[in-house]
Amino acid sequence: MVTVSDRHIDAANVQYGAQMKTLERIWEALENVSDPEIPVLSVLDLGVVRSVTLCQDNIELTAEPENKQLCHGASTDQPSSVTIQITPTYTGCPAIGMMAANIRIELLAHGFDKVLVLEVLTPAWTTDWMTASGKQKLLAYGIAPPQNKARIEKMLFDETAVPCPQCASENTACISEFGSTACKSLYRCLDCREPFDYFKCH
Amino acid sequence: MQQYLLHIADNALILGHRLSEWCGHGPALEIDMAMTNISLDLIGQARNMYQYAATLEGDGKTEDDLAYLRDVPEFRNVLLVEQVNGDFANTIARQFLFDTYHYFFQQQLCESQDPQLAAMAEKSLKEVAYHLRWTSEWVIRLGDGTIESKARIQRAFQDLWSFRGELLTPALYETEAVAAGVGVDLGAIKTAVEQKIFNVLDEATLVRPTDGWMHAGGKTGRHSEHLGFILAEMQFLQRAYPNAAW
Repeated sequence: MVTVSDRHIDAANVQYGAQMKTLERIWEALENVSDPEIPVLSVLDLGVVRSVTLCQDNIELTAEPENKQLCHGASTDQPSSVTIQITPTYTGCPAIGMMAANIRIELLAHGFDKVLVLEVLTPAWTTDWMTASGKQKLLAYGIAPPQNKARIEKMLFDETAVPCPQCASENTACISEFGSTACKSLYRCLDCREPFDYFKCH
Repeated sequence: MQQYLLHIADNALILGHRLSEWCGHGPALEIDMAMTNISLDLIGQARNMYQYAATLEGDGKTEDDLAYLRDVPEFRNVLLVEQVNGDFANTIARQFLFDTYHYFFQQQLCESQDPQLAAMAEKSLKEVAYHLRWTSEWVIRLGDGTIESKARIQRAFQDLWSFRGELLTPALYETEAVAAGVGVDLGAIKTAVEQKIFNVLDEATLVRPTDGWMHAGGKTGRHSEHLGFILAEMQFLQRAYPNAAW
């Protein structure tokens, strides 16, 4: 599991030590919050959590997922609180409300009672933010993970082969562009004959 | 600006509602799911837009006020989206005509100088790309399919062709939105939209209906009788039990 300290080594200013530890605990707690539609994926695997900001002892620290700006600190006179920015996958996906509620519940269980969950729209969520371990979990769960980088032209015309999550055969066919949830399409393996969901590039 | 946001939101809400009527009635399970998925995307897009419009309006307005408490003349959607589902071919033709417009519209809206509008467009565009892909494939499959399917989709395009014009003819609030740098210049996307429609029709071996008289009025609140029935169903609960909430 990737922890905050792994990704923010150079930002781990010694004077923020206690706050860094707390932030790390929050990050670990978020690993327990799953996507209600695909319970094997956590909100971190899915890339839905965009930032975590901790205000503690007059210090404000923010952590963001990898490839983003590193953890940064600033002094603040705000009272102790945690602010989490999340972004919806699909605009109409009803899971986002539940994820926000579950994040609050999870953090409350860890003793954080002032938690604000904010929904941000930009930059737009993309399957490119899904973690490698998230893709592995999807595959083990029987859902083919996104095969490519998300590009609009590809969404319109892509014909990429999607390997079967059961037998790994690439001899598969799309049954329907739209599957059991907004983020998936429905495929069938022409070798082992199993139908399966494909988490489409977005 | 308010009118402009409502126009975009109403298009998505009313078409989303129409598609939701297919829920449990699709010709096959996969198609049923596809139509309701698209419906969900559209209603989600409408919600975002209503929420934004409500904040601009202020005065404690919410997205629900805008969706549930306006009457027919206050709706700004195009006439195409309120037309009845008809058979599957008719629904596909209606959706395809809207998707071609919607795709290029959202693509341009990404360039809006209003950051909130641009952010919403960036999200919507990805969803709409899949809608357009799905309807294009169905137009081709039905057109280049059996004698029966071809006759039905051809007739559907014939029936709906006269609703196409309104999509690309700007209302005053759209022209103002363009002048303010926040809206989409419909003239700039016209060629791309038509080219896409023509290409798919050609591939589907369908005859392009001739352009004639075109319907107009939805954008300024003059609607067909269908919208009243949609609103009667959609708004019933909120009208009968004011302020009811989940």
